Amino acid sequence: MCTSPFCTCPNTKAFDDPFDPEVSLTHTGVGAEKADEARPVQAFSREAAVSRAVESAVVQAVFGGCDHSRRAFLQRVGGAAALGIIGSIFPLDAIKALAQEKSGPPEKKDLKIGFIPITCGTPIIMAEPMGFYAKHGLAGTQVTKAAGWAMIRDWAVAKQVDCAHMLSPMPLALTLGAGAEATPFIMPAIENINGQAITLHKDHKNVKGPQDMKGFTFCVPFDYSMHNMLLRYYLAEGGVDPDRDVKIRVVPPPEMVANLKAKNIDGYLAPDPFNQRAVYEEAGFIFKLSKELWPGHPCCGFAMPAEFAKTMPNSFKAVFNAIVDATLYCSEAKNRKDIAAAVSPRNYLNQPLEVVEQVLLGQYPDGLGNNVNDPERIDFNPMPWQSMAVWILSQMKRWGYLKGEVNYKIVAEQVYLAAGCADLLRARGKSVPDNYYQKYKIMGKEFDPADPEGYIASFAIKRT
Amino acid sequence: MATASPKDNRWMLLSLFFLLLFLGFWALISLNTKIPSPLSVAKVAGEFLAHPFYDNGPNDKGIGILTGYSLLRLSAGFTVGALLGIFWGVVLGLNPMLFKALNPFIQILRAISPIAWMPLLLYSVRDSGVTALLVVIMASLWPTLANTAFGVAHIKKDYINVANILQLNPIAKVMKVVLPAAGPAIVAGLKISMGAAWVAIVPAEALLGSLGLGYFVWNEWNNLSLPSVIFAILLIGIVGVVIDLLFSKLAGKLAYTD
Repeated sequence: MCTSPFCTCPNTKAFDDPFDPEVSLTHTGVGAEKADEARPVQAFSREAAVSRAVESAVVQAVFGGCDHSRRAFLQRVGGAAALGIIGSIFPLDAIKALAQEKSGPPEKKDLKIGFIPITCGTPIIMAEPMGFYAKHGLAGTQVTKAAGWAMIRDWAVAKQVDCAHMLSPMPLALTLGAGAEATPFIMPAIENINGQAITLHKDHKNVKGPQDMKGFTFCVPFDYSMHNMLLRYYLAEGGVDPDRDVKIRVVPPPEMVANLKAKNIDGYLAPDPFNQRAVYEEAGFIFKLSKELWPGHPCCGFAMPAEFAKTMPNSFKAVFNAIVDATLYCSEAKNRKDIAAAVSPRNYLNQPLEVVEQVLLGQYPDGLGNNVNDPERIDFNPMPWQSMAVWILSQMKRWGYLKGEVNYKIVAEQVYLAAGCADLLRARGKSVPDNYYQKYKIMGKEFDPADPEGYIASFAIKRT
Repeated sequence: MATASPKDNRWMLLSLFFLLLFLGFWALISLNTKIPSPLSVAKVAGEFLAHPFYDNGPNDKGIGILTGYSLLRLSAGFTVGALLGIFWGVVLGLNPMLFKALNPFIQILRAISPIAWMPLLLYSVRDSGVTALLVVIMASLWPTLANTAFGVAHIKKDYINVANILQLNPIAKVMKVVLPAAGPAIVAGLKISMGAAWVAIVPAEALLGSLGLGYFVWNEWNNLSLPSVIFAILLIGIVGVVIDLLFSKLAGKLAYTD
């Protein structure tokens, strides 16, 4: 049986309608011969052929190559309904848009892209002044500053912006309808890895670990954030219950610095530049970089409603390419100084250049009198590993943000477009493994994406 | 009652004295704390006011342009809110039964900060520009409505009787008798509405990220730039006073005596 829709063997059936129960997708099926005889040869356009091939590949993936169950399923529900059902689970439109070798001109050139003024979103922001959108045919694309995560979420859902800078758990939460009305979202690329920190008030210089943090008041930028998940994980690993032994408040980052100065709070796990800003303001010190908890953890991503890829496939492809290029450009240390200068002005981050440079170059005072040199303090890598989504979902379930059964793999594959991003990376000479599920070691504890429920059960502190 | 005669300008000196006293206190406090000094605020103000109309893209515009956005939003929202308020105020004022029945609801609604409506409005209209406008409408609607209804309900019965004797049709009755008679109450309501709308506009813009003075405050706060924030506070206050003065002038032309 040939399972690849892109195979070149002459009798491939990848271009037959996979949603027709009369058609066999295997090359030796009897039904296929019959169907072929009964049907006049159709001349497909290349575009339609690729589209078909993608559908076939997805259908084969869903039914695991079992042609019998596919036919039984199609006969029961009908082809069009099946396309709808499978399309609702897999980002078919996005995959189709990407599979087209040549794409036409973008349907819309002047996209509106929402961003939050933090260094995590650097590639999305700098792609405008440094011309990455224009290079991919999106002249006139502008980035618009949003006042907070709830706002950027509502902008994206209401289509006031075409695409948005989001925290990596947000498109998952949106798709599942956690904390918002369920709207299918896709996240073609992660923006930054690492780059967050636990900042504590300068009076807490004697704190060694979670055991000294009982009774603390912490801030995080949003419920559905890596910040919240990592802070909870860190505290719980040290035996501190994040819901009972400390207070965790959702607060916009600039307010965190102001509150830290006033000693209304003890610390926060927040995006930069607001950790470095606390040092700059002499209000606190950097206690721990997030990369010390989980080296290479995802943080922010580039997301949009799934519908965008369907209604504007060419714009989608162009902006996806622009973002991957911009993110790779940001990951190179030699470009960071120019990037810092491009994103610091009032139109973008509106932060002192000195602070942005300290974050992006990884050469910074930590507030304890040390000058640290850590080039990996923040890094940029677009690959949205599906295992990252499974980890995030496992923590959302662990802390009660998701109730009931969670179909980890399906949600991860629907939202995080790992295969699409991997293709773009390979086209740029990067090697990416075929398996988009990786194991992670987070604070010394292994996470296996194949068994998220077992992982949740293994924690002593949880809300399940 | 002893009042200062129009020619007596000594109050100006007193005002100036209070201003200097305030600036002195401020400067003294800023010496010992991290609160920015009047001088640093003046410096920032000078920079912003030197180029009020620059345009560096969608997230960075001059203070003049931003003030313009806020004023535009204010006039549009206030006009709609005021018209709605006057219309329903007249309807309720002329129908005591309806007024009594709806009054509890009006009292509850006007007690709600227009900002509290914001998430619900944004969720239902799905557009932050329209939401900001609706917040301004909400802010300006209730004071005018309540004042108009009260004014209309308390018009001298004689006026209404005369109108009835003259057999004016309902529209002429409202335009020629009811509105002029309730004029002072309506204008007082409009003035409160205008103030309420200006107060609501700043947080609405800050929360919604809609360009305007509220956006400026939020953007500068993001940079923890207190001198800019203080500059914005002063500017918002001054613009508010100017609006109020202009409105009073306009209202003076509408005033009448029995």
